[in-house]
Amino acid sequence: MNVRNIVDKIKPTFEKGGKLGFLHSTFDAFETFMFVPNTVTKKGSHLRDCVDIKRVMIIMVIALVPAFLFGIWNTGYQHSVAFNMNWTFLQMVWYGLLKIVPLYLVTYIVGLGIEFTVAQIRGHEVNEGYLVTGFILPLIVPVDVPLWMLAIATAFAVIFAKEVFGGTGMNIWNPALIARAFLFFSYPSKMSGDQIWIGGLNRYAEQGTAWATTGGHVIDGFSGATPLANPEGYSALQMFLGNIPGAVGETSVIAILLGAALLLFTGVASWKIMLSSVAGGLLIGWLGHIGGATELPAYYQLIMGGFLFGSVFMATDPVTAAQTEVGKWIYGFLVGALAVIVRLWNPGYAEGMMLAILLMNTFAPIIDHCVIECTLKAKARKYNKVA
Amino acid sequence: MSNNINLRKGLNVPLAGAAVQTVKKVLKPGVVAIRPTDFRNLTPKLLVKEGDKVLVGSPVLADKMSQNILFTSPVSGVVTEVVRGEKRKLLAVLIKADDVQEYVDFGVRNVDELDAEAVKAALLESGLWPAFVQRPYGVIANPEVAPKAIYVSAFATAPLAADVEFALKGEAENIQTAVKAIAKLTEGGVHVSFNGKVKSQFAGLEGIVAHSFTGKHPAGNVGVQINNIKPINKGDVVWTISMQMLAAIGKLFNTGRYDVSRKVAICGPMAINPCYIQAVPGFSMKDIQEFYGNAAEEIRFVSGDALSGANIGAEGSLRFQDNQITLLQEGNDYEAFGWAKPFRFNQFSSSHTYFHWMLGWLTPEKKYDLDTNLHGGERAFVVSDVYGKVLPMSIFPIYLAKACLAGDIDKMEKFGIYEVLEEDLALCEYVCPSKIDIQAIIAKGIDTMIKEMA
Repeated sequence: MNVRNIVDKIKPTFEKGGKLGFLHSTFDAFETFMFVPNTVTKKGSHLRDCVDIKRVMIIMVIALVPAFLFGIWNTGYQHSVAFNMNWTFLQMVWYGLLKIVPLYLVTYIVGLGIEFTVAQIRGHEVNEGYLVTGFILPLIVPVDVPLWMLAIATAFAVIFAKEVFGGTGMNIWNPALIARAFLFFSYPSKMSGDQIWIGGLNRYAEQGTAWATTGGHVIDGFSGATPLANPEGYSALQMFLGNIPGAVGETSVIAILLGAALLLFTGVASWKIMLSSVAGGLLIGWLGHIGGATELPAYYQLIMGGFLFGSVFMATDPVTAAQTEVGKWIYGFLVGALAVIVRLWNPGYAEGMMLAILLMNTFAPIIDHCVIECTLKAKARKYNKVA
Repeated sequence: MSNNINLRKGLNVPLAGAAVQTVKKVLKPGVVAIRPTDFRNLTPKLLVKEGDKVLVGSPVLADKMSQNILFTSPVSGVVTEVVRGEKRKLLAVLIKADDVQEYVDFGVRNVDELDAEAVKAALLESGLWPAFVQRPYGVIANPEVAPKAIYVSAFATAPLAADVEFALKGEAENIQTAVKAIAKLTEGGVHVSFNGKVKSQFAGLEGIVAHSFTGKHPAGNVGVQINNIKPINKGDVVWTISMQMLAAIGKLFNTGRYDVSRKVAICGPMAINPCYIQAVPGFSMKDIQEFYGNAAEEIRFVSGDALSGANIGAEGSLRFQDNQITLLQEGNDYEAFGWAKPFRFNQFSSSHTYFHWMLGWLTPEKKYDLDTNLHGGERAFVVSDVYGKVLPMSIFPIYLAKACLAGDIDKMEKFGIYEVLEEDLALCEYVCPSKIDIQAIIAKGIDTMIKEMA
């Protein structure tokens, strides 16, 4: 246990009264990251399950990895197609890395910086929740989003959607979606349209080159539109595989389903929310189809855009979702239904998932309240009957 | 049984060190402690002083609030010390036992001829009254208020709990006497809940309302059983009592003696040759050193089970209501990257984020040497559905806990504070990934209720 010895040696420096005592929370975060602490139970149950929030969060991150990896490749692939580059697999991945790693650097440096600072000020332990938020955020933005915008959005979300409420576990809205909503409403030109979903298109439009020096040319008649704006442009199979334009991590149904499988297998995310959200989306999609609002069959609503990503990874956030079991069914169903309603009947917004989830985040406590009141009333009735 | 209630929610924590079903030792008491802290909200009045001679059944303490509730000595001997803590709070009365035990004679009585008042008087006078636990709040029952019903659990599901069938073998007659006696104290009958999977030697008890339960822990908790038989509403008062205390009440009427000696399971991963001993409540941990050796500082001594028992320390003693001493290893060491390992074979988790639940199919009998490590840092409530999975009661545990934290009486009432004691939510605390001290929170809520509703 050599590392342990080193940690023990430097630990006093970071404790109260030590030279670097003001960095206590930071030290603690790294120490507990490496070692499960030696704290023993003081009150209540003498034994505790070995699961902790770190474990829950890391499972969540692992579940996102397929979408993350696919997003890296797809970023390169879309660029290659748009500019007729005929890249090899490795070239695509390299381009994807160049585009996506900076997004991650920005979200983690800004977000974790704020988290650590706040923990330090409050004298709390650093909460793991941001590991997931920071991992999701780059996956739900267009790949060409300017980094400074992403930084501002991240800071806004972490401070105003999370820390002002008291940190992870106290927030009302999903912080990653708040960041995206912030971008969406503050910088609409960078968050919607046909130009933004493929790396390099924006730059090409402005400067005539996609690359600093070499610069390719967009092939004639190319449209960077996502299936939401241009459903005829892509087959259902393409949407399922995910080699289409879109936000970084949302395009591949397969990658998302892999993540969903892990979440369901480990029980980290609620299957009730996922299932009811899909049901809600399908129902409204079907009604829209037979009612003439759209020519697309209902299942297209699931595989297009961010619907599935939102259902699997974002609507299921246990903090901001409904917490009662019946409430989860209602909440999930409304998320799915509202998302498709916005898509089909609101010409202003092509995608409705973000707003649907944020809206239902807002109403989740009311759903829970109603569910509890009803349960208590039913219980009282039953009791009075027995008595 | 046809009307068996099967509870699907719950969890059996696979703790190693179950007691073998033999009585290896009849403990000759050394210094026995009577602790008012064994009872919730008790303000004790001291009735003896150092040097006094007491018999088995002599009053040592009384309840200051209702002074006919007496606490009597489980041994005959001499009061050696009155231990006080901060602000002179009475912590314990120590009694050094004589070699030969002498009993106060309460007189053999035929319970069929006694009325409710006579039964009450006999129990109060002998010191067996504190065996009645009142719900709500888990305080000693108030003799002035007749309960709606009396509930008894005839089996235990807590980790390594003493087996009721073994521990009370041959006591059926005494328990029958006790049931007859206490049935006079309530209109609602004596409800006894049996394990639906075991043919109990007590199944033939007369004058009871029998219920049958199956399921994992906490199916054996009387609070869980009451909730599933008939929930406690505002204004209701019910009493609970354990089987071993019924046996003691039976002995009081059948032999005229106060005899609370019982079979106590000495168990847990740190117990050497876990087994049963015959002992009286209040016996000191020092008297059972042969079961844990010389490593006392690395051991947590728990009176009761590992989930809801009390940490009594190496100097401690068995609590009045308990029949189990659990010896656990203090988990004060570091585990490198514990939370990040794909598997942790030496730890147990009911969470599917580890894969023990699959190992459970391969090796269903595997037991774990669990220690007292917290396995993580305390966080806010994050995961919402973990408590519900281990709590077979129709209450809202998270909302109840939040109401307790806020001290909101209306909400506590609504979410079920009258129905629970800490032990019922111990499993919620065990599984909580945020490491929240649910039992302490519930205790705080109950204290608030006692103070505000008095």
